[in-house]
Amino acid sequence: MAMVDRPLTSYIQPGRQPLDIAGYERAGGYAAMRKAFGMSPERVVEEVKRAKVRGRGGAGFPAGRKWEGVQHGEDAPRHRYLIINADEMEPGSFKDRLLLEAAPHLMIEGIIIGAFAVQAETAYIFVRGEYVLAMERLSRAVAEAEARGYLGADILGSGFSLTIHVHGSGGRYICGEASALFSALEGKRAVPRTRPPRSTTSGLWGKPTVVNNVETLCCVPSIIERGADWFLGLSRSATEGGTKLYGVSGRVKRPGLWELPVGTPLNEIIEEHAGGMREGYEARAVLPGGASTAFIMRETFDVPMDFDSVGKIGSWLGTANILVLDQRRCPVGLLRNIEHFFAQESCGWCTPCRDGLPWVERILAALEAGEGAADDIELLAHHVDFLGPGRTFCDLAPGAMAPLRSGLKFFREEFERHVSEGRCPWHDTAEGWA
Amino acid sequence: MSTAEHDPASAPLDPALRETIATLRRESETPRAAGIDALKAVQKRHGHVSDDHLAEVAALLNMTPAELDGVATFYNLIFRRPVGRHVILLCDSVACWVMGATAARNLLRQRLGIEPGETTPDGRFTLLPIVCLGCCDRAPAMMIGDDLHGDLTPERIDAILEQYR
Repeated sequence: MAMVDRPLTSYIQPGRQPLDIAGYERAGGYAAMRKAFGMSPERVVEEVKRAKVRGRGGAGFPAGRKWEGVQHGEDAPRHRYLIINADEMEPGSFKDRLLLEAAPHLMIEGIIIGAFAVQAETAYIFVRGEYVLAMERLSRAVAEAEARGYLGADILGSGFSLTIHVHGSGGRYICGEASALFSALEGKRAVPRTRPPRSTTSGLWGKPTVVNNVETLCCVPSIIERGADWFLGLSRSATEGGTKLYGVSGRVKRPGLWELPVGTPLNEIIEEHAGGMREGYEARAVLPGGASTAFIMRETFDVPMDFDSVGKIGSWLGTANILVLDQRRCPVGLLRNIEHFFAQESCGWCTPCRDGLPWVERILAALEAGEGAADDIELLAHHVDFLGPGRTFCDLAPGAMAPLRSGLKFFREEFERHVSEGRCPWHDTAEGWA
Repeated sequence: MSTAEHDPASAPLDPALRETIATLRRESETPRAAGIDALKAVQKRHGHVSDDHLAEVAALLNMTPAELDGVATFYNLIFRRPVGRHVILLCDSVACWVMGATAARNLLRQRLGIEPGETTPDGRFTLLPIVCLGCCDRAPAMMIGDDLHGDLTPERIDAILEQYR
């Protein structure tokens, strides 16, 4: 039997060649879908809620509660949409690519069960444009599922109907923001919208819409098949169920992805799974879950990697794809790279983000070039507040400020050395190969 | 790894491509929702989306050219200027930066004799920076056309470039 204790990766073969629909079914696939059709949508929602799955795109919102937010009943508005956010563009994140490329039928099965739970009749998989192979494999999997009658009208006599569309993005980070994603699918500039209303009330084309991350939905088939208690038992965390795709990049011996119990400590992931640092390199800090998460320093590398524990030490789990900063790369240079990304990817809709982020980038570039002034560090601190939560239209700029805020705190001395020495202390290795 | 030249960008769209766009429009929930797919279809044939082609697509989707251009120019992967036969998208985000993306960029500049944003005089390559490609465990990484290349080293970059004529 496949999914013994690895609900996410047990269908993935060496070399990442995906199973076709026959192979997936032989390994136990689509049994959960059949089981779900024998349950009520409310029971499916309840089971996922009890399993304590938190949104794996990085926001960490409980998936079951999100589904519960969709209005049910006779007079509830129709049509309803389920959108799969496969726009994996958070720098340092590479987990959804694996699921999309190597387990497309797990994705499809998760979508069918999720759409059944919220009674959505149309699903869009919003895939980033660069994920060409993922789109090919998803499209093939959708066609196979249609041919078997797992998609379309009145699936397996359940009375439930579902169409899945695979949409390739034109490519822009902001499309990962749910309301901007609606604008993108509607063929407009992908700028975000005001909330409220919540998207479960008014989303795509003004209809009730649920947006779930790839990994979140890939957890669902095993929860339905084996039950919430089993799923909770996989986790090392009391507040969150299941396993998780943890990734490590940077100058470690074995960069990669591993499916591990939720709550596996950070140092265990780096040492045991990524093999520790390469010869001659020491880990100084990590970004635990993408470019919009705050630094975690060595002193707290024993933190369990779940949303609550990482939140308690002042950072955020994010995508749980960990980037290690070693002693041979400049923390100010790293932040400059990150703020360049955010300045470029700002959609330009609101002024603080559109104007503030390029300013932050310019200051960091000046510091790196040895042209920083003494008050530049205070100016950066001012921007951290000015672009923080509540000051901008969406979460892009506050996310951009999270690593900078923590960088100003933890790497204050390095910032000051850029000014006092009149150059980057790492200047002679800045452009080298790893 | 195609070696085909792009079709000219000034001629009207050929009937088959117009039909493709009409089909995309029919299959979308609203005409403008087909915009990105329509622009990508044009780009696949012509390499980029010229002003003439943009106006033609806009008309097919009941949009003004300005409306569609507002969408087209929003995105990283819709090219509004001519590109070479092969577009190199070199990741410049943070994981690749740690792993030597700056060195990779400098090597490509030197080998191709162009800066990011430019096309080689023989029309073979266009070099563009791109945001994180989601290939961080094999950083530094780049795409050429639809192909992903990770674990870049000077030797590997030279060998990879040879595959694209």
